[in-house]
Amino acid sequence: MNELLEILKGQHFFEGLREADLRLLAAGASLRTFRADETLFREHEEADAFYLIRSGRVALESRLPGRRAEVFMTLGHGEVLGWSWLMPPYRWHYSARALEETHTVHFDAPALHACMDRDPVLGYALYQRFAALIVQRLQAARLQAMDIYGGGDVGLGG
Amino acid sequence: MSVSAAERQIPEPMAPVPWRILDVRREVADGEVFTWRLRPESGAAPEARPGQFNMLYLFGVGEVAISVSAMDGDGSLVHTIRAVGSVTRTMQGLRAGDVVGVRGPFGSAWPVEAAEGRDLVLAAGGIGLAPLRPVIHAVLARREAFGRVLICYGARSPRDLIFRDELAQWQARADLDVRVTVDRGTADWKGDVGVVTQLIDRGGFDGRNALAMVCGPEVMMRFSALSLHRRGVVPERTFVSMERCMRCALGFCGHCQIGPHFVCRDGPVFPYPVMEPAFRVHEL
Repeated sequence: MNELLEILKGQHFFEGLREADLRLLAAGASLRTFRADETLFREHEEADAFYLIRSGRVALESRLPGRRAEVFMTLGHGEVLGWSWLMPPYRWHYSARALEETHTVHFDAPALHACMDRDPVLGYALYQRFAALIVQRLQAARLQAMDIYGGGDVGLGG
Repeated sequence: MSVSAAERQIPEPMAPVPWRILDVRREVADGEVFTWRLRPESGAAPEARPGQFNMLYLFGVGEVAISVSAMDGDGSLVHTIRAVGSVTRTMQGLRAGDVVGVRGPFGSAWPVEAAEGRDLVLAAGGIGLAPLRPVIHAVLARREAFGRVLICYGARSPRDLIFRDELAQWQARADLDVRVTVDRGTADWKGDVGVVTQLIDRGGFDGRNALAMVCGPEVMMRFSALSLHRRGVVPERTFVSMERCMRCALGFCGHCQIGPHFVCRDGPVFPYPVMEPAFRVHEL
């Protein structure tokens, strides 16, 4: 518990949370390690957790019929993985697979839901952080879709 | 930071001087990005600072502004070029031994000295790694003078990554944190997938004490500045390198003007707050 609390205190994502909130989060969290190529979760399965990546890398991918799994994003040290637990239908939209040995903190979503229902201040604080994360990822996805390196303005190179 | 051509005592700043291509290196498989090592026909190359550019003149075709991508200290200068327009596509066909015209170096430099004692974040997109490469060389020459050094490099796909050998060398060093990502992976790509701003979002530096240099497409620089700001890097210590169509390179013709700023003379390296208003103006 103390180890987890210390880990959470050092994370950018949880900055600004009350000590009591961090203790509550730590109480519902556990350390989990995934081997290279091991699946953290699969698309369509129940989204019952989120993860903080302490080290290693995770690929987010989607499997299309007749094609190999398409990796559209990788996440690494210090990044938070998973927000499907926040809203119905509470199913993963994509799969997550460790690219190398990956150490995470696993947060149990049902327990967290109950805490957030009891304590709206904590609920609001977490929603704020996840909303910012979703916006950040949405902006990144839009940049990715724009093919920004295809044009001519690329740094006095041509 | 900006030093005019007159101050640098370039005797005839409008007159191209013949330089010979010493060697040509393909940076990507199809040769669309290539690197020239050049040396004046007589004497040594003038001293250039990281971030500065030369006007490279292909006789009878045209002239383009290209950043210096390395200064080897042997009297030559290195330029990395992407074949995107008529001049650079013609340049793609040149070989070692051919002669081009060169004017420069011109423009402002990356504030390498200002980064001493601080963490340094370099964010490059596409061929934007080329103007930052001399900064990396300068930092490695005096590595102990800097704090943590983070290099974030993003490209469209694995085949578009440039300076691959050097990237591998930098990644092998314990005193550099080199993160590479591509927008689209391939079946054999084992690295990161996603945009370069995500590499900044992972942190690993002290934003309050960091200085950042960003080079790439403008939209990438804008979002990188946002990511840097989220991580505590103040805009005043965030620098960007701008690209505009340059003609005279001396601040006379106005082709490269952005508001009151001439990119050729006042830039191409600007503190982010100077350029930030321009990023909000459409079609500028």
